[in-house]
Parts: sequence; C-alpha cells; structure tokens
Amino acid sequence: MAFAVAPFGLVFGVACADAGLSWLDATGFSALVFAGSAQFAAVGVLDDGGTALAAIGAGLLLNLRSLAFGVVLAPDLEGPLWRRALLAQLVIDESTAVATLQEGRGGRRYGFLAGGLAVFVVWNLTTLLGVALASLGDDFVTDWGLDAAAPAAFLALVWPRLVGPSGGEGRRIALLGAAVAAVSVPLVPPGIPILLATVGVLAARPEGGR
Amino acid sequence: MSTAVAVLAGLAVGTYGLKAAGPLVLGGRRLPAWLDTAAQRLPAALLAALVVVSTVADGQELQLDARVVGVLSAGVLLRVRAPMAVAVIGAVAATAAVRAVS
Repeated sequence: MAFAVAPFGLVFGVACADAGLSWLDATGFSALVFAGSAQFAAVGVLDDGGTALAAIGAGLLLNLRSLAFGVVLAPDLEGPLWRRALLAQLVIDESTAVATLQEGRGGRRYGFLAGGLAVFVVWNLTTLLGVALASLGDDFVTDWGLDAAAPAAFLALVWPRLVGPSGGEGRRIALLGAAVAAVSVPLVPPGIPILLATVGVLAARPEGGR
Repeated sequence: MSTAVAVLAGLAVGTYGLKAAGPLVLGGRRLPAWLDTAAQRLPAALLAALVVVSTVADGQELQLDARVVGVLSAGVLLRVRAPMAVAVIGAVAATAAVRAVS
C-alpha cells in the first residue's frame, strides 16, 4: 500500500512546486493534513488562482469520508485522550481499509498503525522528493503506468473478501459499493462517491429476515 | 500570512477535526450493535469503491483508459493466486505497455 502511494506523493510534490509553494509548504501539507485527495484539491484550487476559502472548502469536502472512517475505527482506537488524538491523524483510506480487514481488536490496531505509518512515511518522503525533482514533468506517473498501482493494490486487498465461503456476500457488497461509487462520480464532487458507497452500505438493511 | 499558509492551516485543522471526531468522542467504546454489524460490510464496499474510483475517475469525469487494463491484469494475477506485490507490478507494467503502444 505504501509503495502504491509513492508516485502520488511525488506528483503532489511536483504540483506544489508548480503552484509556487516552497518545500516547507509542501511538507506541511503532507504531514499536517495527510489526506492525499484533499491536498491535491487544495493545491489545484490555489494553482488555478482560487481563494484560500475555496481551497479549504474543496479539501474538506473531499475529506468528509474521514468522519465516517473515524467513527468506525473509534472502538479500536481506545486509550488515553492524547493517544487517540495522535492516532486520529493517521485516519486515511488506506489505514481504514487495512484495519477493517483484520479480525480482532489487536489485529485491527496493528493494521491501522502499520498501514497508517507506512503510508505517512512514504507519502512525506516522496512529497519532498517530488518538490526536489520538479523537472520530472506532468507525464511521469502516467508514462510509467504508476497510476494503476493504487487501484491494483485496493483490488488485492479486497480479493480475500470476494472468494471463499463468504465470498458470495462479499461480492454482493463489493458490487453495491462499486456501483454506488461509479454512478455518483459525475454527479457529486470528488471524494463524495467514496463516502456515499461507504455510508450507503453501512445503512443498508441486512439481507433476509434474520 | 500567505495564501498557501492560510490554506494549509485551515485544511489541517478542518481535516483533523473530521478524522478525530470519531475516536475522540467514541474512543474505545463499542459501536451500537446495528452499526457494528453494518460496519463489517464496510471494507468490501470501501475497497470496491476505491478500486472503481481510482480506475475510472478523473476528477468528476468517468474516463476509461489504460488503467482499466492494469486493474484487469491485476485481477487475472490475483485469480491465479499471485501475491499483492506481483499483482501491483503486473498492473503497472500492463498499463505502461498499453500507453507505450497507443
């Protein structure tokens, strides 16, 4: 997972340089915000000449799903207030996905930490690298097919849920989530489709009369 | 304060608030039973949505491009029990190859 986000970290660093941000700004984004799509959106608005308020709004809208993730992860992120506060920074798509796949609280905490920290380190390092290598050009990621890395990684993560004894239900849920997301992409701002798929499945009635 | 720093500060605070609302308010306590069972379904739906969005979305547009070939290749590799790393590398290679010849 961490390697899958590396090219995007690079691109973010390059995007910041293109928008005239310093390496300090770029690092600040990647460390303090730590939410890839929100970072890209905010920098994109700035690059287009938007106001600070517009950039913040775009970023937060993309990140609404973090609220749903935080609620679902909450039971496993217990402990003193300061620890929960610290761990909360690591809530992202990847750490949520890895954590929720694990059985048992210990496994989920480990998955969350491992996924979150690995991505955090790689994301920040590659952001710095990206700013330094700003001469790479826009096509670096697409020329090397690196934008297929994240979807492939997500597919690999969900695969066990799609096969095996409970695979039938897994496939149904996955299909529902995928359909909701796909249909909503043109209809709502970026980031919201993920939220809709997640919340939609959370709210759906259980099958059967059990 | 430059615009960039203002955006950084605002976004950092706002995003963190979204992330932390759950753990800080609920931390350690069990979710209500219905939400707990519903949440069991979350990974499959979330990951499936992520697969779809990261494959065919470009902002708010649906765009079918070489990424689809990459993801399909990953699917084939996973079907024959390849490990995750192989599937990812295969996807990247397939996508790059399609772009190189088209």
